[in-house]
Amino acid sequence: MPTTRRQFLNLAGGVTVAGTVPIVTLRPLRATPAMLNTAIRNVVGEAPIRTGKVKLDIPPLVENGNTVPMTVSVASPMTADDHVKSIHVFNEKNPQPNIGNFYLTPSSGRAQVSTRIRLADTQKVVAIARLSDDTFWQVAADVVVTLAACTEEMN
Amino acid sequence: MAALINVPAKAKRGDVIELRALTSHIMETGFRHTVDGKLVPRDIITSFTCRYNGAEIFRADLFPAIAANPYLSFFTVAKESGKFEFEWIGDNGYSSTASASITVE
Repeated sequence: MPTTRRQFLNLAGGVTVAGTVPIVTLRPLRATPAMLNTAIRNVVGEAPIRTGKVKLDIPPLVENGNTVPMTVSVASPMTADDHVKSIHVFNEKNPQPNIGNFYLTPSSGRAQVSTRIRLADTQKVVAIARLSDDTFWQVAADVVVTLAACTEEMN
Repeated sequence: MAALINVPAKAKRGDVIELRALTSHIMETGFRHTVDGKLVPRDIITSFTCRYNGAEIFRADLFPAIAANPYLSFFTVAKESGKFEFEWIGDNGYSSTASASITVE
């Protein structure tokens, strides 16, 4: 029987598919909101966390989760008596809940830190500031990610 | 490794200045697999420190969720002329430094 056009295309398509599409592997466990809470409690302890003072600048929609610009600023006079000791940034669904801890001093002048982060999924990002009087203030932002980072395969 | 430092060359005493530091580093997360299923081991910068004439003014703990070629921007008050020293420390004994001078008037 001669090969029909349809059979030929099926065969060719099948080979291409098998050759290029990577084999699906199990994804590592994702951080869960519970892990996020645990990570936050590791930093904060039992202290209450209030909402406010902190501002988190992050794009609400990012195409590429591999590099997401982020700026955290805290309303603080940055004097010896009243300054931001540290800023902690967390995520909800990366494999690990921590993003970064940043330690400031009164001589920082302005409580603001910028960096670029990775986001593995559409998720919530939380920034927490510890002030010199050991109170904690937080803000959360939701980010929609269309191309995930962290867990993709290497070629 | 190459680092890119951005510090103003001159500042007035008491000004709040922005310092920016970028270094080239793969920041391999340790969560990625090769196509044949092997885990790629973690290789990240874990710590960054900035000193101003020897005194620490900024420090950061970095995690795999920091993007490759980590970039950091932060602020300090220009107090006196001198030197900023930047230090990155990471997995597998990684360590690199950079420095920049400032004239404060």
